[in-house]
Amino acid sequence: MNDWSRFVEAFFKSNLIEQYLPSILQGVVTTIEIALAVVVTGLAFGLALAVVRSFEIRPLNVLIIILVDILRALPPLVIVLIVYFGLPNVGVSIPSFAVLWLVLSLVLAAFAEEIFWAGILSVPKGQWEAARSTGLSFLGTLGYIVLPQAVRLTVPPITNRTVAITKNTALGTVIGVPEILNQATTAQSFSGNATPLMMGALAYIILFIPVVALGRYLETRFAWRRN
Amino acid sequence: MEAIIQQFFNLDIMARALPLVLAGLRQTLLLCFIVIPLGLVGGLVFALASLSSSRTVRWSMIAAIDFFRAVPPLVLLIFVYSGLPFAGIRLSPLTAVAVAFFLNTSSYYGEIYRAGIESVGRGQWDAARSTGLSAVSTLSHVVLPQAVRNVLPDLVSNTVEVVKLTSIASVVALPELLYSADMARSVTFNASPIVLAAAIYLVMLWPVVRLISRLERRMAS
Repeated sequence: MNDWSRFVEAFFKSNLIEQYLPSILQGVVTTIEIALAVVVTGLAFGLALAVVRSFEIRPLNVLIIILVDILRALPPLVIVLIVYFGLPNVGVSIPSFAVLWLVLSLVLAAFAEEIFWAGILSVPKGQWEAARSTGLSFLGTLGYIVLPQAVRLTVPPITNRTVAITKNTALGTVIGVPEILNQATTAQSFSGNATPLMMGALAYIILFIPVVALGRYLETRFAWRRN
Repeated sequence: MEAIIQQFFNLDIMARALPLVLAGLRQTLLLCFIVIPLGLVGGLVFALASLSSSRTVRWSMIAAIDFFRAVPPLVLLIFVYSGLPFAGIRLSPLTAVAVAFFLNTSSYYGEIYRAGIESVGRGQWDAARSTGLSAVSTLSHVVLPQAVRNVLPDLVSNTVEVVKLTSIASVVALPELLYSADMARSVTFNASPIVLAAAIYLVMLWPVVRLISRLERRMAS
């Protein structure tokens, strides 16, 4: 057997591809479900925090800043393990996929809050004053004048950050969430062959290359910061 | 309340876990001293290649960068650590982590450098070259200092991400901070050691996170 066929045998064995394709695809579905849930709740919560922060209520803002800073400074895997192993012992038991969803949503919300907040700050004060002087309420000004401009500016950094955080769904494998990596490593240990791992890696690439490329396109398109 | 303190902030257990956790911290710091410089240098190479005048080099580099940004670092790490042995390449946990993180972090640093270099006007380059400076000196004395200043918040922020990333080395049994804390958790059946590790990460990274917010605000204004 030459080197090439040995390589194919170890990484692209056709009968293993056939055998494990269903479970890898199941992992793909799980990954997509959790990723979408994280994106929706994380971005919504992050935007909500940024809006609350714009009311400038001091004690509330201090709390938000502390929460956001902690979530930005801690490795997500550390938070996942604390929640996953700690909560059952105090009588709260939540399934592992919910732990992953909760933790990643909070982390995304923290980063999104910072980016949205920077976006809100970047809208010139004159916009606020002009809108308020036409008789628009504070919320009306925020919702119709400030946020549309702020959010547009934040599209590229938000996209990149969201992609980086949703990729962390792979951490679910550590607590047994049956996502792509988990399915792939399980199949690898059953088959004693690297083919399932290669399939898992390919699945991630197929899923994430388009969003990474989208982020790159948006960055040149919106040119954040440079104008 | 009592149960929460017992389970998460048990000082007794934390004190017992401390020596193990501190040994883990040493490994984490060692890992950072390997991975961050590798990433910073690799990123520069990636960035220069992705700005190359040869179209083939440029596009293949951009494709490689997007590839490594699309693969979750944990997937890359597990592939390097437990996939490559099937191709006859067997790496120690430390080497596997260094290789996987090099590819991942260089891609991210590379994109940041590239944005920085692009933000320095082409005229700077031409002017420096016309004074007789070599290409290398132009890069290191004229272009890079300005480029790095322009993207400093992003460089610092990515470095924080790299330090946080070292925690996934625990998955390949490299005895760093999180791995040691999780060992202590599994023998004490108590989450306090991981909370202790979290506190250590916070002490290391919170000041930097604050600094990033200030740098970003200063750049924006």
